[in-house]
Amino acid sequence: MSASSCRILLSGFGGQGILFAGKFIATLGLALEREVSWLPSYGPEMRGGTANCSVILDTKRIGSPIVTTPDILVCMNLPSLDKFEPDIERNGLLFYDSSLVNRKPRREDIGAHGIPATQIANNRQMPTLANVIVLGKLLRETNLCDETTAATVMMTIVPERKKTLLEANLAALTIGFHYEDTA
Amino acid sequence: MANKVLMKGNEAIAEGAILAGCRHYFGYPITPQTEIAAYMAKKLPKIQGTFLQAESEVAAINMVIGAAAAGKRAMTSSSSPGFSLKSEGLSYLAGCDLPAVVVNVQRGGPGLGGIQPSQADYYHATKSTGHGDFHMLVLAPNSVQEMLDCAFDAFDLADKYRLTVAILSDGTLGQMMEPVDTATKESGHAIEKPWALTGTQGKRLPNLVNSLYLMPEELEATVIERYKRYALLSEKEVRCEEYFTKDADIVVVAYGITSRVAQNAIDIARKEGIKAGLLRPITLWPFPVKQLMDLAQKASVFIAAELSMGQMAGDVELAIRCQKPVLRCNRTGGMIITPEELLQKIREATTLHEQTE
Amino acid sequence: MTVVFEKTKGLTDASMHYCPGCTHGIIHRMVAEALVELNILHKAIGIAPVGCAVFAYNYLNCDMIQSAHGRAPAVATGLKRARPECIVFSYQGDGDLAAIGTAETIHAAARGENITIIFVNNAIYGMTGGQMAPTTLTGQVTQTTPYGRDNAYSGYPMRMSEMLSTIDGAAYIERVSVDSVKNIRHAKQAIMKAFQTQIDGKGFSLIEVISACPTNWGLEPVKALDWLREHMLPVYPLGVFKDSTSREVMP
Repeated sequence: MSASSCRILLSGFGGQGILFAGKFIATLGLALEREVSWLPSYGPEMRGGTANCSVILDTKRIGSPIVTTPDILVCMNLPSLDKFEPDIERNGLLFYDSSLVNRKPRREDIGAHGIPATQIANNRQMPTLANVIVLGKLLRETNLCDETTAATVMMTIVPERKKTLLEANLAALTIGFHYEDTA
Repeated sequence: MANKVLMKGNEAIAEGAILAGCRHYFGYPITPQTEIAAYMAKKLPKIQGTFLQAESEVAAINMVIGAAAAGKRAMTSSSSPGFSLKSEGLSYLAGCDLPAVVVNVQRGGPGLGGIQPSQADYYHATKSTGHGDFHMLVLAPNSVQEMLDCAFDAFDLADKYRLTVAILSDGTLGQMMEPVDTATKESGHAIEKPWALTGTQGKRLPNLVNSLYLMPEELEATVIERYKRYALLSEKEVRCEEYFTKDADIVVVAYGITSRVAQNAIDIARKEGIKAGLLRPITLWPFPVKQLMDLAQKASVFIAAELSMGQMAGDVELAIRCQKPVLRCNRTGGMIITPEELLQKIREATTLHEQTE
Repeated sequence: MTVVFEKTKGLTDASMHYCPGCTHGIIHRMVAEALVELNILHKAIGIAPVGCAVFAYNYLNCDMIQSAHGRAPAVATGLKRARPECIVFSYQGDGDLAAIGTAETIHAAARGENITIIFVNNAIYGMTGGQMAPTTLTGQVTQTTPYGRDNAYSGYPMRMSEMLSTIDGAAYIERVSVDSVKNIRHAKQAIMKAFQTQIDGKGFSLIEVISACPTNWGLEPVKALDWLREHMLPVYPLGVFKDSTSREVMP
């Protein structure tokens, strides 16, 4: 990852909000006046199978929107980690839901952050927002934006009429931003 | 970028069409283009337009024929298998000299094939669209912004030359989101259509929209007249983009999503000191023949990169009259060429280039 | 001098190409007269089919389009949606409407498209020289059923009016015949009613006209009419199969 270019791959089960998390980062890129691309996997697998999503932020015109060797990888389940961990760039970052992934990452040349996001989300009565908790952590660790900017972006993608949903999303972001890695 | 919004490619096509004044859309659901229909279904009824889900692809293109004959800006969209079905209607549109816009968000074939991105309908779009002597003007966008721009321009081009303009896209471009600026667009230009079916209103002789000519002399004359229009647009409407071609020894020719991959490959090649460039046809028909011929005077090797078994490559060879070798870089069936695969081909071309020096 | 008969302004001066004894000419005239008498000729758009009646565009004196085989109801849909103020009708034969265009026909009816279809059923493909149609009678000899239509082998005749009458979107469906002066007079009234249905915005209307094809039936014109009465009318009974024109106009 460089200051000018950031290639992110998000992956998990369909229904875990993978595309939403990707859309958040793309919208953030737009707010940061970067070139942006967002590409989902599509087809029947989106309805319950594996889902992934490529997001690129760049200061230059973006070529291929397909991220095969991500600077940042987000894994919301074990099959995703098994599949994509080998592809992360050296010195890249990995964020994974440690409540659903029951092994440690194998790569030692990357920065890995396990967050028990699903467990936290369930405890906090926000069972569908594990994705946003991981997203909050990602934003903090990557310094892509501060908490205030993140909140602004969230407000642009969750419609105001869905007030309860917006508040829950903002709360989940905050949890992610303040989650401290455990040893 | 304050006035930019994130949009899916498919939505951008629909929005571009609406901005151009298209108020009649007829379609049939098929992955990966259904967002176009969904967008139209949501928007058109609110602006006195017609969105209609047809009983078949065949019916949809014939509804377009009806609305186009009535003088209105009309479109349909589909994906590869649907386009096989639309072939008949596309031939009739040409035979009747009706302006229309069609969108093919390509997926892998033949047969039911798959739903992942493909460029294997190049022949269908540029050469074998349907029976008889005719062409469509084929636009191949490579970004979400260009999806909107092409859809917007397509209606003016269709009206101006009285033909079908096809937007040849693919599943990646249809599904991806990028920032789009819609602010620069003003509503499309109205063109007089004295031939349109409006009812005579008792003020003129009846109009006839027809493609039947039993006298061969007559039929030949209509085809020749049509080809004169084709000659004119071949002269005036060719669009392409060049990237690092000025000093290029190796020219990659790629359109649509593949041109985006090519950009990555060329950036890496340049870092390795290889003088590689990209010619990206935006009109696939008419093909940028002159631009390629010019490049052939200096470059020593061409590479045709595409998501098919080499359907465009022959057009590159024809354009440069086989003066230089044209290497192939192909993936198909829904697979996408990686920058590394193309880079490998560029390195191969470098060896050839060094041999020619 | 009193004028007792005049060619309708709904027809052009072109002389028709139809065979002796063919009933297309009569049906064209009835359609043309209906358009004039209802004062809608100036806003009418007609669709000519593929088949013998393809040249309807030369004979009917209004805006016309020629469509692909069977696709007329879809083309009509596009036209009517684009120009709801116009009167849109198609003129189709049995092969066109009931074989290659069955889907378009049924779905135009299902949508309740506010269009009118004149469906000419003569139990044979005329233009191509007398092959089996979907409406060809059991036992009927055609070029492609040289031993007579065998139901077990090539199926049964299709009753389109009956089928279409089951569709909610259909507003007016009637089957008429042009074998006698009396039936012709009645057919004209039915065609008027169908156009009126469209004028009133009540939805899909179709008039099936039982018609003769002496050339391809291999019969003299008068005998062809006898054959029509004797063999076709029992299979294709005349009458109104659907009339919901008294219902409220669909919004």
